Amino acid sequence: MRHVISLLIENEAGALSRVSGLFSARAYNIESLTVAPTEDPSMSRMTIVSTGSDDVIEQITKQLNKLVEVIKVVDISEAAHIERELMLVKVRATGKDREEMKRMSDIFRGRIIDVTESTYVIELTGNTTKLDSFIEAIDGSLILETVRTGVCGIGRGDRVLKV
Amino acid sequence: MVLTGAEIVIRCLQEEKVEYVFGYPGGSVLFIYDELFKQDKVRHVLVRHEQGAVHAADGYARSTEKVGVALVTSGPGVTNAVTGIATAYMDSIPMVIITGQVPTAYIGQDAFQEVDTVGITRPCVKHNYLVKDIRELAATIKKAFYLAKSGRPGPVLVDIPKDISAAKCEFSYPKAIAMRSYNPVIKGHQGQIKKAAQLLLEAKRPMIYTGGGVVLSNAADKLAKLVRQLGFPVTNTLMGLGGYPATDRQFVGMLGMHGTYEANMAMQHCDVLLAVGARFDDRVIGNPEHFAEVPRKIIHIDIDPSSISKRVKVDVPIVGDLPEVLEDVSKLLAASGEHPDEKALKAWWKQIDEWRGKDCLKYDRKSRIIKPQFVVEKLYEVTKGEAFVCSDVGQHQMWAAQYYKFDKPRRWMNSGGLGTMGFGLPAAMGVQLAHPGSPVACVTGEGSVQMCIQELSTCKQYRLPVKVILLNNGYLGMVRQWQQLFHGNRYSESYVDALPDFVKLAEAYGHVGMRIDKPGDVEGALKEAFKRKDDLVFMDFAIDPKENVYPMVQGGKGLTEMILSEEL
Repeated sequence: MRHVISLLIENEAGALSRVSGLFSARAYNIESLTVAPTEDPSMSRMTIVSTGSDDVIEQITKQLNKLVEVIKVVDISEAAHIERELMLVKVRATGKDREEMKRMSDIFRGRIIDVTESTYVIELTGNTTKLDSFIEAIDGSLILETVRTGVCGIGRGDRVLKV
Repeated sequence: MVLTGAEIVIRCLQEEKVEYVFGYPGGSVLFIYDELFKQDKVRHVLVRHEQGAVHAADGYARSTEKVGVALVTSGPGVTNAVTGIATAYMDSIPMVIITGQVPTAYIGQDAFQEVDTVGITRPCVKHNYLVKDIRELAATIKKAFYLAKSGRPGPVLVDIPKDISAAKCEFSYPKAIAMRSYNPVIKGHQGQIKKAAQLLLEAKRPMIYTGGGVVLSNAADKLAKLVRQLGFPVTNTLMGLGGYPATDRQFVGMLGMHGTYEANMAMQHCDVLLAVGARFDDRVIGNPEHFAEVPRKIIHIDIDPSSISKRVKVDVPIVGDLPEVLEDVSKLLAASGEHPDEKALKAWWKQIDEWRGKDCLKYDRKSRIIKPQFVVEKLYEVTKGEAFVCSDVGQHQMWAAQYYKFDKPRRWMNSGGLGTMGFGLPAAMGVQLAHPGSPVACVTGEGSVQMCIQELSTCKQYRLPVKVILLNNGYLGMVRQWQQLFHGNRYSESYVDALPDFVKLAEAYGHVGMRIDKPGDVEGALKEAFKRKDDLVFMDFAIDPKENVYPMVQGGKGLTEMILSEEL
């Protein structure tokens, strides 16, 4: 099962490597990991997407909690939540492909944020499936490069992850 | 008061009432050594190899309730210390390791004796710090001691660049530490404790299984109280020996790979299991699927939530400090006015006594070659069960665990988790320093002892009268045993050829050496050795080279699928 784990961690040197080291040392899966400071710069918030049985996910959250610098851990995928990921795609956009690419970008509510005579850079936000669908929907041979941020997530409604 | 970083380090150690620092000097810790030289409150013990420093601090910590402290230099000082740090980490031993680092400006430049200490030790410490700002030094050391001994204990490392130990700063030692990210649970959940008490009262075939947590949290008294109150059988893990008196009738021996028949059978066939400060290690329960074949309710008390339901699903998890939780359970049981099912318990004890009847630890007492079990039994008799026993890793470790009856906690020091050969002798040094005048034995093998034999020199320098009990079978015995049983008698590289003359070796280091090769001489030699209160006596016992450790559960097999010696 796929899980989205959110955590607050002290914003200190080496904090990220403690988390990533834990995953590799204990052979846990890690699909994506995003991290940045929160509105309180002494803390960072991390979103980790992992897969595993319920037992493994339980161990992951316990092991994360055990890290001295980790302040709070929640599996936000246990309840209603929102996930977003940002992707930038550079595509070849010449001739008839230029119009087609613009149309596809519009359909997926993307934005073209860089234009040259032969290329576009398309910015796309959404959940993982939406970004995957876009990649599948456009002509693969026109993709020059893609870059994705990995998932960040937040609980819906009153569910708040705060100190 | 403005102090240098090095002065601050020493002041912090004094504030923490550190008696001994085990260490080895080098370039990046020279300022700290200079300050050590100028005072006499914190005593430094100069080892001969950094691994020895960490094991000695570890032995010191295990045999006391204090935090062990080691001090090593950067680069190779650190890498040599890593085995010791990992050993302490696996057994949750409270330690602070102070390491020198190249000057801040040189970090990352591949400087001489530079290594990424924080990176290299990260997976084997409870936490570690690189101090980059002199103003944070005192608070960091305070945190290190606090982290090391609170919650589930463990080693904490503080890496101090050389320029930081030379820099100056106003010194004040924090009185207390509060960390928003670290708050170990002390009090157990009362609802869970109620459930646990109920289960214990309903049990027909109960079992209490306790581990190193009981020793580390000083919960032995509370445990004994509860065990007697309930009248249930109790077993200890290798790390938990001494947590419950071994000579007590309710004690069924150690369990696990080399546990007693009765302990393993009772563990497997119980209907309610109370696990206390233990972690269902693979060497303890064998194959978890086999263990799960018998349905039973499990109550698990531990301070570390991640130890609960890790390898075995638990019905009633209780996170908390063991003395607190055990006391709560005791009180609740007493207040309930209810008692365990006496009839069922009687039948269960009858079954256990039948298993006991197998006498699984019997061995050939009439042997004309010295049996290792006999040496340990005699060691127990001669020291009246009062010795601090350190062991290395291998067959001798299991024999010591099986045949020395530990009635008190903190008397048995061994590397249970990591299984570090070379642990015994340096650990014994730390124990002897912590308990001057008490008998300290290091039960070892000719393989293990040679892994840290250089520490005999340290023992000489500090006049540490450790008694080395070398069970010499000329083989890497545990390896040989596995090769005999599971690898068709092909003794690949397990024969230690060209052993030194240990008597001469001991003498060369300025100690007393003895070679004992007849069973009739064992007791006399031990008596003489322990009479020599001021001497380190190195006793080389020529034991039966083909003796195996039984009972034995093969790796991956079920707990009750034991090989008993008689079956061979």
